[in-house]
Amino acid sequence: MPESSTVKDVLSSSVECRTSPLRRFSLSALHRNSLGVFCSEDNVQECLSHISQEVSSFGLRPAWTEPGSGSELNIVAALNCMYDLIQLHRRGLRTLENMEVEQLKSNSNVDFLQLSTTRLKEQLEISKRENTGLLERERQLQLKVKSLQNCLKNEKEEVQKLQNVIASRASQYNHEMKRKEREFNKLKERLNQLLVDKKEKKQAIDVLNNIGRADGKRSLWKTEKMEAKHEGEMYKTLLSDYDTRQRELQLENAELRKVLQQMKKDMVSILSSRKPAAKGDKHEHGGTQAASEEEDDEAFDSSKESVELYCVHAREKLTNSIRLQWRRLKSHVERLDSQVSSAQTGESKSTDAVPRETHEEEMDRLKLEIQQCKDFIQAQQQLLQQQLSSPCDEETASLLSDCYMLQEKERLGDEWKTLEEQRKIFERERRNFTEAAIRLSHERKAFEEDRATWLKHQFLNLSPFSDSKKPSLSKSKSAFLISAETDSSAAVAPEKFIKHRSESPRCVPLTSPSTADLYRTLCLIPEDSSTKPKRKTEHVEESSVFCGNAPVRHKRWDGIQDRTLSQEKNSSI
Amino acid sequence: MNFSEVFKQTNQLCKVSPDGKYLATCVQYRLVVRDVSTLQILQLYTCLDQVSHMEWSSDSLFILCAMYNRGLVQVWSLEQPDWHCKIDEGSIGLVSSRWSPDGRHILNTTEFHLRVTVWSLCTKAVSYIKYPKACQKGIDFSRDGRYMALAERRDCKDYVCVFVCDDWHLLRHFETETQDLAGLEWSPNGCVLAVWDSCLEYKVLLYSLDGRLLSTYSAYEWSLGVKSVSWSPSSQFLAIGSYDEKVRILNHITWKKITQFEHPAIIDNTKATVYKEAEKRPGVGSDEMPLHNITMGATLFNTQSKYEICPLPVQIPVVKPDPDRASPKIGISVLAFSSDSRYLATKNDNMATAVWVWDMQKMSLEAVLEQTSAVRCFQWDPLRPRLALCAGNTKLYLWSPGGCVSVQVPTEGGFQVQSLNWHCSGDSLILLGKEQLCLCYMDTDQEDKFKGTRCRLLECSFFLSGLKHSQQTQHSS
Repeated sequence: MPESSTVKDVLSSSVECRTSPLRRFSLSALHRNSLGVFCSEDNVQECLSHISQEVSSFGLRPAWTEPGSGSELNIVAALNCMYDLIQLHRRGLRTLENMEVEQLKSNSNVDFLQLSTTRLKEQLEISKRENTGLLERERQLQLKVKSLQNCLKNEKEEVQKLQNVIASRASQYNHEMKRKEREFNKLKERLNQLLVDKKEKKQAIDVLNNIGRADGKRSLWKTEKMEAKHEGEMYKTLLSDYDTRQRELQLENAELRKVLQQMKKDMVSILSSRKPAAKGDKHEHGGTQAASEEEDDEAFDSSKESVELYCVHAREKLTNSIRLQWRRLKSHVERLDSQVSSAQTGESKSTDAVPRETHEEEMDRLKLEIQQCKDFIQAQQQLLQQQLSSPCDEETASLLSDCYMLQEKERLGDEWKTLEEQRKIFERERRNFTEAAIRLSHERKAFEEDRATWLKHQFLNLSPFSDSKKPSLSKSKSAFLISAETDSSAAVAPEKFIKHRSESPRCVPLTSPSTADLYRTLCLIPEDSSTKPKRKTEHVEESSVFCGNAPVRHKRWDGIQDRTLSQEKNSSI
Repeated sequence: MNFSEVFKQTNQLCKVSPDGKYLATCVQYRLVVRDVSTLQILQLYTCLDQVSHMEWSSDSLFILCAMYNRGLVQVWSLEQPDWHCKIDEGSIGLVSSRWSPDGRHILNTTEFHLRVTVWSLCTKAVSYIKYPKACQKGIDFSRDGRYMALAERRDCKDYVCVFVCDDWHLLRHFETETQDLAGLEWSPNGCVLAVWDSCLEYKVLLYSLDGRLLSTYSAYEWSLGVKSVSWSPSSQFLAIGSYDEKVRILNHITWKKITQFEHPAIIDNTKATVYKEAEKRPGVGSDEMPLHNITMGATLFNTQSKYEICPLPVQIPVVKPDPDRASPKIGISVLAFSSDSRYLATKNDNMATAVWVWDMQKMSLEAVLEQTSAVRCFQWDPLRPRLALCAGNTKLYLWSPGGCVSVQVPTEGGFQVQSLNWHCSGDSLILLGKEQLCLCYMDTDQEDKFKGTRCRLLECSFFLSGLKHSQQTQHSS
């Protein structure tokens, strides 16, 4: 894990910062004492001064008022100093704990981010694959298009060729036909000639007596006059035809004009009668379109004028005004449409045209809809709360985003049940812990008594400096082993210190189950995780990884500390 | 609806005079003129050979009988039965003969379209028009009879000649922008001449009476084009039927397409009514018919039919034409406007059993009549929006905006209606069989007519059921 290393660096740097005075101390101590003991009979004074220096460097009151006066230790001051140190230590521990929690959080964040990155990477991969697929398809299609275009071109050429063939053949045929026809005509001429020349069977008419013309007149000679008369008659018929046609068209035009006029009149009347109502509406709506209204008025007046002016000569005017009216009517209708739509939302009186029943129906419908919506929202809220009470925040967030409520509800119920079971197990576990803690406290009390007696004994026998360094060491060590203490196997440290340390974690589970505790319990019961739904298992895996990492890291820190210590040793040697 | 007795005729030569008083029929080489109201023979003329063409003059005074294989035309007068006229075209041959609109001239087209000979009955004068074009419709007279348009082909170019029919003065002569002119037709008001190209090219040209080109219309290129053209009686629309199974309607002001009527095989136009002819086969034991009923049996063998209104969509049977053969059986071959220009009836050749009726006001499909057999002929009532059609069987079919009926022609010997013609009053129909004819009288009131038809049909079915019943009783006894 690359992220964890950075975190570790940060932590280790803080550790170094904190251990720097200690290092300095140990340096000097080791410099003076080859035995490795900090304080001995000979260097009490030095130790004292050193300690006081150190203490003052912590910003505490020195344990004694005059360092150079004597070897007598002001017990009260020392105790105060010790107490302050302990307080300081406690505070340090607390901040450490907080930081660890922070670190856990950031770790989980990092995990989540990693997961999402991998997912995104997969998606990217998939989309890349799709993209290549699409590109391939496009290429194929383009190939196809190209081939089709070629085909088309070929076909076009073929068509062109065929058309040319047809045209050439047609011209050939026409030529042939003309030739044949000429021959045919020649033959006809010849035949005619022959028939005329032939005398024996001539054309003949045999009429008993001539009959009169149908009109009773005599036939007339073909003269110039006759020709002119024929021409005249022809033109007369044509003229009369055009005349009748013109008359028909005139009639039609007149009729159409009448229709137009009628339409115009109707339009004008409709528009003028509708206008006041529209105006009223407008005023109700705030009269924003007053200017346009004025314009309309002007236009109306002008159109009326044109109506009065209307005659055959004012045809263009008529058509123009009709066009204008028509445009106005169109806009008017559109406006009415928009008004109707706006009136439905607002409460204008113009909607009286809509019957009350439909209104009521609409209202009922809307009410029903609102009720449904409310129910829906309630259900949603319930589910939301359930989700919020459950510890998995990220999940709730994701669940909230997509509201497949019914499914989610069921699923959440299931989860809730499993969580409940877990909680029970956890409760049992906690009871066990508290019992163990009580037992431990009992033991501690006994031990405390033992120690007291032992201390008393020591105190009475030895100088007060001989064992004062031990608790400080144990304290600094315990700060890094805070989560390892639950591990039964982690009790590598002397029993003495474990008992001492158990004080701080005991109060945590008793007050409220923190997330760390939950993780711990989850870590303790990994078998349950398999029965949980998928997302849950993911989470559990995360937490298990997290829990698994935590002690390792602690150990590593210990190792680092050891290493630094050993380095110091090496350097000192 | 009543039916007359059956008369003989040959070559389906049977025409009512333009004034609606007489009915002329040709039987072999005889020409019989009857009174339409009484059907009594008024005149009987004997021609020199079997008549191949017969035509009334416009004033209903003369009848022209052409014998093409003999190159002869004989004219008979109704007023003077002993008056006679014979025109011999000689060895030059005759392929077509017609009256000029004044009823005093006869236009004969010689074999190979060498020329058109104009014979005057007034002066015995003869004049020739050279280079007539052999085509679908090379000659057309304007409705008022004043002008004649003639398609001409000279120097491998198409021309149109406009003649004044009064004195055969050539009024205009102009070249047309056609590859191979196929036909020409005057608008009913006689002011516009529609000219169309052969089916190889979709091209319709509109010329004014004075020879100006008013407009050119072409819907598409390359594939087969115009198959039929028809003016609406109001001269307002020009309907063009083409090989692409569509009818295009041009207007008379801009000469642009107003709309096009498609003839889809599956009809799902909810505004249209589809009448489907449903046949009912009568008796089972017809072969065991007693002898005394044999005369009645003739009608019994014929199947009864009625129209059913089909729920949409309807699939019209389509015959796929052979693409390798010339002039394929596909496209709109017949177009007919009703007399009030309100409806247009069309027939698509590859859907031979269906007649389509279009509403020209709504510009949409009004009705489709799906017959059990191929439609032979249809014609609008000259006065009312009423369509009569026949399908080569023993039934006559009528459509009007109010509905559709099928009427059994109650004649003996299985009279199969091949063709029909309305009397100019719209009160009667002449039904032409292979060698017979019969008149069908409509009830004057239209609503009565349909009621009458229905009653008659009911009678018919009652009669049939009664007959069956009697058969069964005979069987049991």
